[in-house]
Amino acid sequence: MAGAGRVLLILCLLSSFYGLGASLYGARTGQTEWVDSGRRAMYSVLGMSAIAFVILDVAFISSDFSYNIVASGSSTTTPFLYRAAAIWSTQQGSLLLWVMLLSFWSSLALFLTRRRVREIVPYAQSVLLGFSIFFVGLIVLFANPFATRANPPVEGAGLDPLLRHTTMMVHPPMLYSGFTLLLVPFAFCIGALMSGRLGAEWIQVTRRFALAGWLCLGLGLLLGARWSYTELGWGGYWEWDPVENAALMPFLVCTAYIHSIMIQEKRGMLKVWNASLILLAGTLAIVGDFLVRSGILSSIHAFVSDPTLNVAFVVLISTMVLGSVWLVTYRRSALSSDHRLDSLVSREGVFLLQNMVLVALAAVVFWLTFFPLISEALTGQQTSVGPPVFAHFVVPLALVVVALSGIGPIISWRRVTVAKLKRSFAFPVAVGLGILVLLAFVSGVTQHVFAYIMFGLGGFVVASVAQEFFRGARARRAMTGESPGRALVALVERNRRRYGGYLVHAGVAVALVGVAGSTSFQHQRFATLKPGQSVHLDGYTLRYTHPTAQASAQKISFGAALAVTKGGHHVTTLHTSYGLYPSLDALQPIGRFLNTSDGAQTESRVGLDSGALRDLWVVISPNLGPLQSLVSQGDAKFSSAILAAERAPAAQRASQLNTIFQLRDVFINDVAQRFVSRPWASTFLVEVSPLVMWLWIGAIIAGLGGLIALWPVPRRSPAGVRPVRRRRGRLGTLPARSPGTVPEPERERELV
Amino acid sequence: MAYALVLVVLAGVIYLISGPLRAAHRPDDPEGETADVAELEAARDAKYREIRDAELDARTGKLSDEDYADLDGSLRAEAVQILHQLDEARSHEEVPSGS
Repeated sequence: MAGAGRVLLILCLLSSFYGLGASLYGARTGQTEWVDSGRRAMYSVLGMSAIAFVILDVAFISSDFSYNIVASGSSTTTPFLYRAAAIWSTQQGSLLLWVMLLSFWSSLALFLTRRRVREIVPYAQSVLLGFSIFFVGLIVLFANPFATRANPPVEGAGLDPLLRHTTMMVHPPMLYSGFTLLLVPFAFCIGALMSGRLGAEWIQVTRRFALAGWLCLGLGLLLGARWSYTELGWGGYWEWDPVENAALMPFLVCTAYIHSIMIQEKRGMLKVWNASLILLAGTLAIVGDFLVRSGILSSIHAFVSDPTLNVAFVVLISTMVLGSVWLVTYRRSALSSDHRLDSLVSREGVFLLQNMVLVALAAVVFWLTFFPLISEALTGQQTSVGPPVFAHFVVPLALVVVALSGIGPIISWRRVTVAKLKRSFAFPVAVGLGILVLLAFVSGVTQHVFAYIMFGLGGFVVASVAQEFFRGARARRAMTGESPGRALVALVERNRRRYGGYLVHAGVAVALVGVAGSTSFQHQRFATLKPGQSVHLDGYTLRYTHPTAQASAQKISFGAALAVTKGGHHVTTLHTSYGLYPSLDALQPIGRFLNTSDGAQTESRVGLDSGALRDLWVVISPNLGPLQSLVSQGDAKFSSAILAAERAPAAQRASQLNTIFQLRDVFINDVAQRFVSRPWASTFLVEVSPLVMWLWIGAIIAGLGGLIALWPVPRRSPAGVRPVRRRRGRLGTLPARSPGTVPEPERERELV
Repeated sequence: MAYALVLVVLAGVIYLISGPLRAAHRPDDPEGETADVAELEAARDAKYREIRDAELDARTGKLSDEDYADLDGSLRAEAVQILHQLDEARSHEEVPSGS
């Protein structure tokens, strides 16, 4: 089926080329049937790429090692779910996943707009098909996932042990969904600029795609952080790695865009800004993919560098940047604002300021991420920038963003009065200041000032959001007489965008409180312990009770159990381990199991006890030095035995080798059990990190808010009102505003 | 098997893509919107949302009664203007020019 997969990808490429030509021809001649045909070309790309993906995934699941990427990225001993997900651990497979997701979101957007924004769609369609040509072209020409070999190996190299983690099955598709979703509003913005239809309609039809892209990127970042925290064994969840930053930059710009488009929708303002933001977000999405695939910046997440792909990506990114700048400049007069800002002290003013800070944040992250390349270009030497430098610039800006996310919900559009400001701000400010005073009184703020400010601001934001929910529900109750719970649900149901957004603000504030607490007040130390010895940290005592070891032909793991006590009371028992996966390429029959220098791959299992106030975290780094003499002896003995067996007559060779491998497994097990029977000292990294759980809880709240804002509002059509087409004369009586009614969708109908 | 799959897919793709061209001389889709109508409908929906937001702001204590009355009045006037334009655009759409 490999041949069929390759042919399908070539057909995808041809279909994309046809679709692009048909769409542009339809746009120029006004013949909509060509545009419709071009749209269907995108549907066909989705169908064919999905079939190709299934063919490849079946090869992974069935361990068909005649496929090169299956042999290099999977094995028969890889568990089923990881085999199914191993497809995107390879450059070629992940490109195919990207194409499938791009064509899926593009098809969905084009289907939903097939009868709308007809002057914009042909150009947007062309841009999306252009992206399809680029990525399918990369696969067809440079990264063929269906490449096969005539003599397949009996066993594959296996999935990278670090990727054998539940979150890794969802993390890459989530990030790729985020990146590809952002290309939809990018394409429609280009379409609007090319067609000259620069009102708010292109924003309306793509707003949910931008929001979904934001949500997927956020979820992807969260899953990546969780993987880093529980799998990588370095003790944190965010390290300002280039590939982490690759998703953060479009996420920040998209956050700004989601806010600023409200101003364009309502006031016809910021058209240049909004177009620039989404063009930047789309370009950064491609830059993000480039960073993952190019390996130009050192990252644990990146694929191996491929110069051919790098050149292609640089050409695409340059085209996007230059084309975007030219189009915005060309249309600058048509992009002028319909209105002016009434007052800086208004929600529009807050959004503007927040936008500037978010873009500044993205710019800082971009500059520091690419600083190694910039320094290399200037000095000839790559200079890396560590997390403290990022924190130095990012933390103050993040504090401003959090403060503004609390101010936004409690300030009205267009104008405010001092009296109303006082009334709206009194409770949230009191909560924020109360938290600050309490913390200062309890702990005495002498250091970590930014963290304390974040706690105060977190309280301010949560209080402002809670106040909004309370006041909204109270107003609804007063008018409808509903129960408090029902009023709250109905309020959110009928104003999903507003209250979903408020929940996101609260969630982000809670998450950042978790970040501030866990990074500023973390206690961490390395300890080298023998069984029975203890280490003390932040009031906890961790005693290394006993070592553990397990060995098989697939994996050797060395671990430890640690009993944790506080004040003499047992708190928990933590189990941590260090796993080694044998290399298939190395010659040393024993060393390839135990020595990373011989190609053995490693993973860490963290011992973790999570709580609302603190996480206890430990990871073992076993000293394998005492085993080296045994390993060397084993290598010598088994190498000569294997050599002798291979020289034996063919009839005896198989049985002799089989016996040797059985003895080798026994030997490896004996070596591993030495760690338990004659234990020596191992090194542990131990951490007590406060409030980490609030990072995950905050992110879940923010995700829930994003889903609420994303969920479509059902359109109600009251009896007697024709919802779509009206005739002349229907507009005449505008009902008087009735002070006793809550705004509802039906009220919108009253206007006509 | 592989050849059959490719042929079936190819036939399906050609049938799918050529569909609109085979039915090329059909009348325009009556449900479709002109660009002007789409733009005005977007403006109308945004204005409705603005009216609702202003009302919710007033009810949750962020706007004074005077400010709200002033704001609501101007927003409704703008909404009426958009609705007039929308009616006009639709009537142009329904009655072909020159008839």
